[in-house]
Amino acid sequence: MTTAMPLTDAALEAALAELRVAAPPSVGAGALVAAGLADRYAPIDTPLGRAFVAWNGRGVSWLGQAADAGSFESRFRAEIGREIEAADAVPAHLAEAIGRRIGGDRRVRIPLDLRGHTPFEVAVWMKALEIPRGEVRPYGWIAAEIGRPKAVRAVGSALAHNPVPLVVPCHRVVRSDGLIGQYSMGGPDAKRRVLGSEGLDTAWLEAEAAAGHRYTGSDTTHIVCHPTCRDARRVTDRHRVTFPSLAAAAGAGYRPCKHCRPVALAA
Amino acid sequence: MDTDAALAGRLATDLEAGFPGLVEAHRDRVYTIALRLLGDRRDAEEVAQDALVRAFRAMQGYDRARIAALRLRPWLASIAVNLARNRRRRADDRRPPTQLEPLLDAGFDVASDGRRGPEHQADRRETQRELAVALLGLRPAVRAAVVLRHVDGLSVAETAEALGRPEGTIKAQVHRGLGELRAALETSPPPTPAPTSTRAARLMPALEAIR
Repeated sequence: MTTAMPLTDAALEAALAELRVAAPPSVGAGALVAAGLADRYAPIDTPLGRAFVAWNGRGVSWLGQAADAGSFESRFRAEIGREIEAADAVPAHLAEAIGRRIGGDRRVRIPLDLRGHTPFEVAVWMKALEIPRGEVRPYGWIAAEIGRPKAVRAVGSALAHNPVPLVVPCHRVVRSDGLIGQYSMGGPDAKRRVLGSEGLDTAWLEAEAAAGHRYTGSDTTHIVCHPTCRDARRVTDRHRVTFPSLAAAAGAGYRPCKHCRPVALAA
Repeated sequence: MDTDAALAGRLATDLEAGFPGLVEAHRDRVYTIALRLLGDRRDAEEVAQDALVRAFRAMQGYDRARIAALRLRPWLASIAVNLARNRRRRADDRRPPTQLEPLLDAGFDVASDGRRGPEHQADRRETQRELAVALLGLRPAVRAAVVLRHVDGLSVAETAEALGRPEGTIKAQVHRGLGELRAALETSPPPTPAPTSTRAARLMPALEAIR
């Protein structure tokens, strides 16, 4: 109860100096994460099963599958070069935003931390974000849209290095010959599965491509689209016409759709 | 401090590479300042983390010369004090007046001292608890001066810089604060130090409850 201490100024000052305490580890670790100098990660459910997502104060930095947390961590460190630490869960607002994005809601904003990637790669990924759920565009379309029409291979390479697959829907970009193409999150079969989960009939898409039907037009509007464009999907069988090239469509008097903006592609 | 000048130099050269060193060197004192001003571990944790992040963001907007010239100790202290002040204003609006938790949760992670007996440690712990509680009874301006000057250990000049007050004011506030702390510690039981604010008056029943 009563404290028998000699309360000289010196004693009081010494006692005050003893009120110093060590910060809990979360203070320093949290500051580094908030500043974007370290990341946290947690598991997340996706249409392709369980994956891991990493984030920091600047945004989502990585999403990927891994056999276990340890291999996700070592992959992250190797690719991104920052420290990473497991979190209990993805913050609720981020989990909700990612879920809605993957579910096709393009209005929801997800901050992405894309530092360390080239401006070209970022331009490719930002363009892929414009492709609606359940639709696909060829690599060459992205190349043309970002003003680098000859950089088709580089577009493919940038998409293969997409650090946030599903959030940035690189699965909606297919080969210029209409074949399904590669996919970083598990190959062509996984790509078919995630496109299927968005309501796209990939068997139909691949059959059309194999038959050489690269573009779809309507003989009532004389507008030509990519086959998966929502405008093309509305055309009834009776009025649907297909073209092997944009030149053939132009020759028949068709103008390109303003929504899906088809471009002439090297065969 | 020399080490701080070297740290500021590293931050000026490469902010991102130098920042973990700043966190390592200053997180404990920033947390201590927040804890002794607020008396609540969770609030202190948030304020300390926020202070470090704000320092980082501020430096992102500074040119190299300005970062290199920063006196990190008083600068970081001023950020922590300002954030704690804002937090306390919000907390005062939010909390019922006789909340016990901020006092009970005063945060004593005293490193165990193997050379002394458990009785001595228990005494010391009790003294520290009383002192931490008495600190929370000081008027905020006086409390900040005492915490920076004697808990954190800044010089009078650094304390004046951190709080944006003249050195003479700091000296007077520290002197007054020490006097009030002494009175609070010596007047027990019963604990009847003259309340220096309505907040201190509110704290009295809680102070009694933990004795």
